[in-house]
Amino acid sequence: MFALHRVAGAAVLALGAWLAAPGVAQAAPQAGARAAVPPAEVIHWWTSGGESAAVRVVVDAYRAAGGNWQDSAIAGSEQARAVAINRIVGGKPPVAAQFNTSRQFHDMIDAAMLANVDDLAAREHWDKVLPEPIQNVIRQSGHYYAVPLDFHMPAWIWYSKAAFKKAGIAREPASMEELFVALDKLKASGLIPLAHGGQSWQENIVFMAVLANVGGKDLYLRVMRDRDPRAIASADFRRVLLTFKRLQGYVDRGSPGRNWNDATALLITGRAGVQIMGDWVKAEFSAAHQSAGKDYGCIPGFGAKAPYLIQGDAFVFPKIADPNAVRAQKLLGQVLVAPTTQLGFNRLKGSIPVRTDLDMSSLDMCAQLGLNIMKDRTRHVGIGEVYLTPDQNGALADALTIYWNRNQPVEQAQKAIAAALRN
Amino acid sequence: MRTSSPVRAAPYAALLPLALVTLGGYLGSIAWTVRTSLTAARSFPSDVFVGFQQYARLFDNERWLVSLDHLALYGVLFIAACLALGFLLAVLVDQNVSGEGVLRTVFLYPYAMSFVATGVVWQWMFNPDMGLGLDWLIDEARVIPALVVATVWQSSGLVMAILLAALRGIDPDIRKAARLDGIPAWRMYLSIALPLIAPALTTALLLLATAVVKLFDPVVAMTGGGPGLASEVPAKFIMDHLFGRANIGLASAGAVMLLVPVLALLAPFAYARSLRRNRA
Repeated sequence: MFALHRVAGAAVLALGAWLAAPGVAQAAPQAGARAAVPPAEVIHWWTSGGESAAVRVVVDAYRAAGGNWQDSAIAGSEQARAVAINRIVGGKPPVAAQFNTSRQFHDMIDAAMLANVDDLAAREHWDKVLPEPIQNVIRQSGHYYAVPLDFHMPAWIWYSKAAFKKAGIAREPASMEELFVALDKLKASGLIPLAHGGQSWQENIVFMAVLANVGGKDLYLRVMRDRDPRAIASADFRRVLLTFKRLQGYVDRGSPGRNWNDATALLITGRAGVQIMGDWVKAEFSAAHQSAGKDYGCIPGFGAKAPYLIQGDAFVFPKIADPNAVRAQKLLGQVLVAPTTQLGFNRLKGSIPVRTDLDMSSLDMCAQLGLNIMKDRTRHVGIGEVYLTPDQNGALADALTIYWNRNQPVEQAQKAIAAALRN
Repeated sequence: MRTSSPVRAAPYAALLPLALVTLGGYLGSIAWTVRTSLTAARSFPSDVFVGFQQYARLFDNERWLVSLDHLALYGVLFIAACLALGFLLAVLVDQNVSGEGVLRTVFLYPYAMSFVATGVVWQWMFNPDMGLGLDWLIDEARVIPALVVATVWQSSGLVMAILLAALRGIDPDIRKAARLDGIPAWRMYLSIALPLIAPALTTALLLLATAVVKLFDPVVAMTGGGPGLASEVPAKFIMDHLFGRANIGLASAGAVMLLVPVLALLAPFAYARSLRRNRA
């Protein structure tokens, strides 16, 4: 389990960085100029190589703007959020904390623990420029409570050009049926057709991809947003589940428990053909010196109307009385949405900017595809977590992983999913 | 008279920090967890009491129920294997073999290491592509036995240490008498030594039982609860709901339910001890 390794190592590094940070700041030449600015602690979970390079862009921009960033990088998103929540409840909140652009922070809004960012939202015209699912999740009773930094799309279909060539697949699949034809060819040529990491969150991603591409936007929203029991019991949804399960027939024996990046490595080495995963896999391809269009391909969805799933990262600002901290929060908000931060950060992170008024030509081919689709607002949908509480989303993942791993009749899976989304 | 009273107060004063920690840290936390389990708390503690609703949800939850099944299976296999292996190792070391110190250290060492680290090694051992080439961790039926093997490796050394100390405490005259009577060594260990070290066995059993109830890091390090839900355990259910799933009400109900078997184990033990003390 490489991730654990990395998590443990990163935790040590993060702790080291955190302990060393004040010392380093004092040693730095600009320390004199910054001494008057009280440190602004920011909790986030960007600890992997590519992620820390990306967050460095934000840190540098914040310092250049006169802020005094105090880094609290905590490995593991759940761990980082738990620390942020505990600190806020305990009365020692950080100046800002990273959350996913989802309902993860709604309980804190309800408990009046977060400061709103309405002034920033008005200045940036979020009511017009932000995708609707994102607006709806960061805005509660008319107030905005989070500053989105990036958009990820978790349900891309990636393929290895080398593997496709070996299997004799001439054309990129353009429909679910063509994808299955390609998978059959990959299987016949002795390759792993679908590189899948058998962890429940990855099964959740494959499910969302199938629901969006086979079920369509309407069914997607009726299931994920409305949690409509009739939609879940419908024949269309049954077809979605059967397609999802059919994909399971194309994974290799070593799939259970595998990490997503180990699955990507199978594509990089040409041992596997296809992986369904978020656009963060581009960092793995880049690290292996592979580039989009040449060594690997990316399919955002099938057809011109396929829903484009949006998730992302955002910062929330706990309510703090100290006017210095409030100033630090306002400054950070401005830095996060600034064009240079947006472009620099998202290029390294593999995501796309939340602003639409930038020159995006420096972003890679897959990001360009995504940006193009984002222009069509009718294709925007949120991922499960945008609509579901963390608890519902977890229960859904439990039901899906049972269905994926076991010989469970599809009707039973439909019942289990309905039960998971009922509460 | 006047001088003796501060002397008598001193032990109590010395015990005061302990009493405070026990009352506040342990009993206070238990009380708080029980209280939270009766509320509708999600991300934060709540004052909205909902009675036993969280418990009803808990026992309506398939994952919680399979977690309990897994824990029962794991517990029986793990405790039996640890006691048997620990006893055999203790008997082995008890033969006054040369290099006893080295052996003792080797057997006890796994217990001194964090399972988050050693679990990764075990995960490699069970990887179909490397290590032992076994595919137990990806097989729903064999993932629990795989956890048993790894954790028995870790804990049997502790059982050995406890039982070895007890074996060494047996009156040498009894051993001599057994030898004079021509009783074979295996018979001596099974019929004479084993009953004599029963209190040490009980201690080992208790330690193992609590290790079973709180089983968490081996699962996280080796399987992540998978494949599917095949190695999910209650402690992982609680941790997941406490943080990632932001449902501390349900997590607290689970934690309270885990306290029940611990109390059920401890109560007869404490009762037996108090009986013994009264008799003495």
